[in-house]
Amino acid sequence: MTDSTMTPDEHRRADEAATGPMLAADGRPLKVSLNRALRRQKLRAMLLIAPLLIFVLVTFIAPIADMLFRSIENQIVSDTLPRTTSELATWDAETGEIPPPEVFDALFKDMFIATERKAHTRLGSRLNYELTGVSSLFRKSGRRVDDMGEVYQDQFEDLNDFWKDGENWSALMGSDAWRSSMSDWDGKDGRSAPAFEPRSDVASTLPETVAIYREFVDFVLSEDDNPLAEDPWAVVYAALYEDLANGADVSAVSGAGAAELLEAEAAASNFETVDYTAAFADVDKDWHSIEVWQTIQTYSPDFTSGYFLNAVDMQKTPDGPAMRPDNERIYIKLFIRTMFMSLVITGSCILLGYPVAWILANLPARTANLLMILVLLPFWTSLLVRTSAWKVMLQQQGVVNDTLVWLGIVADDSRLALINNQTGTIIAMTHILLPFMILPLYSVMKTIPPSYLRAAKSLGATNWTAFWRVYFPQSVPGIGAGSILVFILAIGYYITPEIVGGTTGTFISNRIAYHISSSLNWGLAAALGAILLAFVLGLYWAYDKIVGIDNVKLGG
Amino acid sequence: MAQDKLADAFVEFDRVQKSYDGENLVVKDLNLFMPKGEFLTMLGPSGSGKTTCLMMLAGFETATHGDIRLDGQSINNIPPHKRGIGMVFQNYALFPHMTVAENLSFPLEVRKMGKSDREAKVKRALDMVQMGAFGGRRPAQLSGGQQQRIALARALVFEPELVLMDEPLGALDKQLRETLQFEITKLAHDLGITVVYVTHDQTEALTMSDRVAVFDDGRIQQLAPPDRLYEEPENSFVAQFIGENNTLEGVVKEISGDKCLVQLDGGELIDAKPVNVTAAGDRTRVSIRPERVEYNKDRLSPDAHTLNAEVLEFIYMGDIFRTRLKVAGTDEFVIKTRNAPDVERLKPGQSIEIGWLPEDCRALDA
Repeated sequence: MTDSTMTPDEHRRADEAATGPMLAADGRPLKVSLNRALRRQKLRAMLLIAPLLIFVLVTFIAPIADMLFRSIENQIVSDTLPRTTSELATWDAETGEIPPPEVFDALFKDMFIATERKAHTRLGSRLNYELTGVSSLFRKSGRRVDDMGEVYQDQFEDLNDFWKDGENWSALMGSDAWRSSMSDWDGKDGRSAPAFEPRSDVASTLPETVAIYREFVDFVLSEDDNPLAEDPWAVVYAALYEDLANGADVSAVSGAGAAELLEAEAAASNFETVDYTAAFADVDKDWHSIEVWQTIQTYSPDFTSGYFLNAVDMQKTPDGPAMRPDNERIYIKLFIRTMFMSLVITGSCILLGYPVAWILANLPARTANLLMILVLLPFWTSLLVRTSAWKVMLQQQGVVNDTLVWLGIVADDSRLALINNQTGTIIAMTHILLPFMILPLYSVMKTIPPSYLRAAKSLGATNWTAFWRVYFPQSVPGIGAGSILVFILAIGYYITPEIVGGTTGTFISNRIAYHISSSLNWGLAAALGAILLAFVLGLYWAYDKIVGIDNVKLGG
Repeated sequence: MAQDKLADAFVEFDRVQKSYDGENLVVKDLNLFMPKGEFLTMLGPSGSGKTTCLMMLAGFETATHGDIRLDGQSINNIPPHKRGIGMVFQNYALFPHMTVAENLSFPLEVRKMGKSDREAKVKRALDMVQMGAFGGRRPAQLSGGQQQRIALARALVFEPELVLMDEPLGALDKQLRETLQFEITKLAHDLGITVVYVTHDQTEALTMSDRVAVFDDGRIQQLAPPDRLYEEPENSFVAQFIGENNTLEGVVKEISGDKCLVQLDGGELIDAKPVNVTAAGDRTRVSIRPERVEYNKDRLSPDAHTLNAEVLEFIYMGDIFRTRLKVAGTDEFVIKTRNAPDVERLKPGQSIEIGWLPEDCRALDA
């Protein structure tokens, strides 16, 4: 390449290749110097927006992120039933057999502890979303689980009064250090209680007992009681029996309770045992239903796709996700209805708003400003008032129907159903969202000089051709901006469909609100919300690809 | 004068009036007759009614009273798109969402012309304005001058017999304006089209037009070819508006044929040519072009009246010298002299005597 054929750009690059990057006067690379010079400005700008940024992060981004996280979060099962879920991991539902006795043993311990903590009903409600009846099953079992443990408690206490006393238990289980610091602790000055520390000899000999006792201590402390004196739960006795039955070498234990332990070990072989598998079946035969165990197993992991599957009318089955039965499908229908009605609302806003915006843009400024106030007037009235006004207007004995009857257009006995259905929602929401269409349209139309239309006409175009070929294409960015605004607002609208929508005119957002405030199934609400959000973002992306977001003009 | 032009008139304004508010007339009794193929410029200050006239001709404004005829037919009730008049706008008005070729093709499409015909005509029109390579671009990708060329091509592509131009070069820089002035006049004459051109730039009007109509206050003040307009302004508005001009006020002393004697308000006597003064005693405003003022006594007739002047300022402008004088009570009297070796360069403070040929000094209305 000769010099004469190089463009200026190529010259510059050639220079750079020869001499390296451009240098500032002090010999540093120019880019570094420039960045340094701009850093202060950037920092100052950042400081200015920092309050808003923090506000938005704390009050907007973080709650939304937290809420969306709930759509996959599922720790409640493994938190409430830790032993059961880990035992259940190896169980295979395909065999058609109920889980092995170890699972029921674990279920007893978990259920006992959960009942004490009153956590079992929450888990019951959670699993009830997936399988109806689990909630009552859990509540029933919670009431009866106490009785199951008492079998062992009674036998230990009959054997020796030593086991009746909480003090003896704490002396057997807890290390000296822990007990002395525990008795010193007065809960004042906001100091937290000393963490439970088992006696080392007992911990190695009776691991299960110590583990359950530890949970007991934690619970007692959370209730502000003294763990040194409190009588342990029945489940602790069951655990002790389990350890002894498993052949714990209690001779390794010395000190307080060593003798009683030896005595108990000797007696344990003759103890009456409890078959938890049968005992739970006794409480409710559902505990021997494969379906219940499948549900628990399916929802054991910390994260689940269950809410999302639920949100699209699917469910988890052993064979993987599958559609729900026809009569249980509602969400896809609701999503489609929401989309469809939002589109209709957007369309009617364009049809009604376009001429208004055109008039506004072509009137003299004084008149246009006056009319603009009329357009903005609805913003000054409460949304509830406006929507309620539509209730008055549209009902069967309302203004619109009365007028139509008076004009003789509809018969008195066949008044139109304009409210508590889709028509009502579409009419009221079109009215409420209309300004969001008119304003961007107006601001775009304002920038289209009238000379374009004149030019088109002078070139031989009729009024219609001039409008359609020349004016309309230039107003498309306004239509785009207005449509995006109206559609996105409509798709998440809640109050108006709630008030005028009846049953057929409600949106997905009404369902989300129901799950948030009534059914308290926040995970499902979050999943529905996440799908809605993804959908809107997807539409936005598609719009950007097809029309180009640069073509959206919200203002002059 | 108007009557004898009626026979071959192509564009006629017949007693046209226009009012927007029903109280004031923007155009007052306009009569204008243009033969086919003429390049006529409407020149005037803003608000003089020239653009309104153009818009009435194009059909975007309706005349309040009077008749506008095109080729003998009244077009008052014909909508703009049926008038077949090409128009070039000040801001070009190229459709931003169409390419250059689509812009040019638009008037042909609405005339239902076939695709191959359209393409041929668009190509020819683009070549005509030397923009053949730009058909695929969008207007926003073109410079102002290029856009104006395209606008011109678009107004010509459907071969109208009459083309209206509304200050088409107003937004361009001086050099480009001069190039395009030349190109537009050449195109108009080559194609034989009739052009009505509106501008407030008198240089443009003088260099481009066959005739210039000077508008003021809703009336045509003078309608004449450029040279007559400049050299023989019929009233003091035209004299002031066209070119640089010196005015002195006074009273007519005596009129004898095409010569008169004017006594200035300061008492000095000067010779002038009576234009619209009728009798001795009329107040008058005499108008002298700066380049017609002489201070070399040898070139004046011996009996010419002269005025004493004091040089205030001497400006060297390359091809000419511009000198500001204090004459007969005014500080704004300007003379222009060609830069020639034998011309004396005046100095501020110098006293000289100035005079002129009587026919160069026109006694106009006061």
